[in-house]
Amino acid sequence: MKLSIEQVKKVAKLANLSLTADEENLYAEQLSQILDYVDQLNQVDTLGVEPTFNVTGLSNVMRKDEDGKSLPKNGPYKTKGVFEE
Amino acid sequence: MKQLYEPIIGLEVHVELNTKSKMFCKCSADYFGKEPNTHTCPVCLGLPGALPYINETAIESCMKIGLALGCTVSEISRFERKNYFYPDLAKGYQISQYRWPLCKGGRLQITGNSGQDITIRINRVHQEEDTGKLTHVGNETLIDFNRCGVPLVEIVTEPDFHGSEKVRDFAKKLQQLFRYLGVSNADMERGDMRLEANVSVRKIDMSLREDEDDEAISNMDGIATPFGLAMTKNVRNDKPLPNYRIELKNINSFRFMVAAIEYEIKRQSEALEKGEKLTAETRGWDQVKKETYLQRSKEEANDYRYFPEPDLPELRIKNKELRIKEEMPELPWNKEERFVSEYGLTKDNARILAESNDLAEYYESVVKLGKQKEMEPKQIANYLINQKPDINKVSPEEIIKNIQSKSAGIIGDEAELKKIAFDVIKENSESAEAFKAGKLGALNVLLGAIMKKTAGKADIEKAKEILENLLSK
Repeated sequence: MKLSIEQVKKVAKLANLSLTADEENLYAEQLSQILDYVDQLNQVDTLGVEPTFNVTGLSNVMRKDEDGKSLPKNGPYKTKGVFEE
Repeated sequence: MKQLYEPIIGLEVHVELNTKSKMFCKCSADYFGKEPNTHTCPVCLGLPGALPYINETAIESCMKIGLALGCTVSEISRFERKNYFYPDLAKGYQISQYRWPLCKGGRLQITGNSGQDITIRINRVHQEEDTGKLTHVGNETLIDFNRCGVPLVEIVTEPDFHGSEKVRDFAKKLQQLFRYLGVSNADMERGDMRLEANVSVRKIDMSLREDEDDEAISNMDGIATPFGLAMTKNVRNDKPLPNYRIELKNINSFRFMVAAIEYEIKRQSEALEKGEKLTAETRGWDQVKKETYLQRSKEEANDYRYFPEPDLPELRIKNKELRIKEEMPELPWNKEERFVSEYGLTKDNARILAESNDLAEYYESVVKLGKQKEMEPKQIANYLINQKPDINKVSPEEIIKNIQSKSAGIIGDEAELKKIAFDVIKENSESAEAFKAGKLGALNVLLGAIMKKTAGKADIEKAKEILENLLSK
């Protein structure tokens, strides 16, 4: 499956990346190879196999609602204790 | 014939839970008015390697809301990442729910204009986290992450509203529910509760209403548009929805939401009438200009690429359902019904007394006391509604006493007695002066005058106290 340059541009935008024209071509190529690999995987019959969303196999891991310590005030503050973008 | 348009509205309601700690970390969730970024840690700042840890109370609050709305608690529920780049979330994604919400498929009834029940279907109730607060100052954006990670519950309705007033009624009912359940303060101004409405309009198929006369139309719930009355009667859930919808966002009062929806219905109906094509967009409300304005069109809309959150195990908590149901208080609408059936109150009075859990409980404690004195629950309801005593100051015993003296014709009202006492002092200035000079027996003259004026119905103890107070000044 060949990914178009437009699709690469869209993915880059969603990932908040700015790419050069050369990079767009390069990634179109590389991402297409990844999709081809996924196509190969798709040939395996997985009917009736539950997807693995989580590798720990755990469920219902929760904590009591108690508040604890936050970070000390040594963060990268610049203006009146507020982070700057 | 004028073309009729019916509005189709769905709601998304966000409510911030009042837990002690945040959704996925132990930072305090009590952020309002606190020094910026003092309630932050590696988890809510999205630092690499930090792992989220689910707050059990938040999950239970979310279940309470879902169960109160008649939803089904999912056998398996999962969190997902909603990916987007915006500085209000440092992680680059919001932990939310998408394909496996905690609760699904409920309903809430509201009352139509002619007293009939209108059912609003609830699509889902899910758990997520709030974002940080951005303040734009000139060209700079200041970021406070204290709110980031505070538990947030989202309630999504089906597009079952066909007028702005019903949206308001529904939202107010939800607000009452959150407060009854004690899961949120649900204060709109502080942003505890936020509304988003999806609004579109569609032409009404005139062929469907041949058999309806004009009177029937005027009795329906609807909203006047420039092109006539848009009604609910012809709404068929199986009828296709319009192929666009306008999302009204960031509106922080019931009143502004109503105004924004009405504006949109008019704007959209006029646009369609002119043959314009409407497309999906997000709009805000300008309270100064009293109009909605474009915030984002669909082309710029986000593609969130949801995927299951690998850092959080799934939830299988349907077995909690019974215990949580037991913990839940009687719901406001059930209380209202019980007040009508058990105490014989009118629907309106039942609604007023069940407005808040505090008032309802107070009313019932007075009713319990009154029962021993053969006092009617109706009589007590009327007294509370008409006299509006401060339930934090006046005890139920005092209420019973006041009602008793009132029904015996005894005048015990402070203001009323004071007025009479004033007149009596004026008319008997000699005795008043004598009392002031130390002749205490003169008080009896004044008291006698009060009793005469009230045909013996004044509460004598209270009258005495009032006289003494007035004369000692």
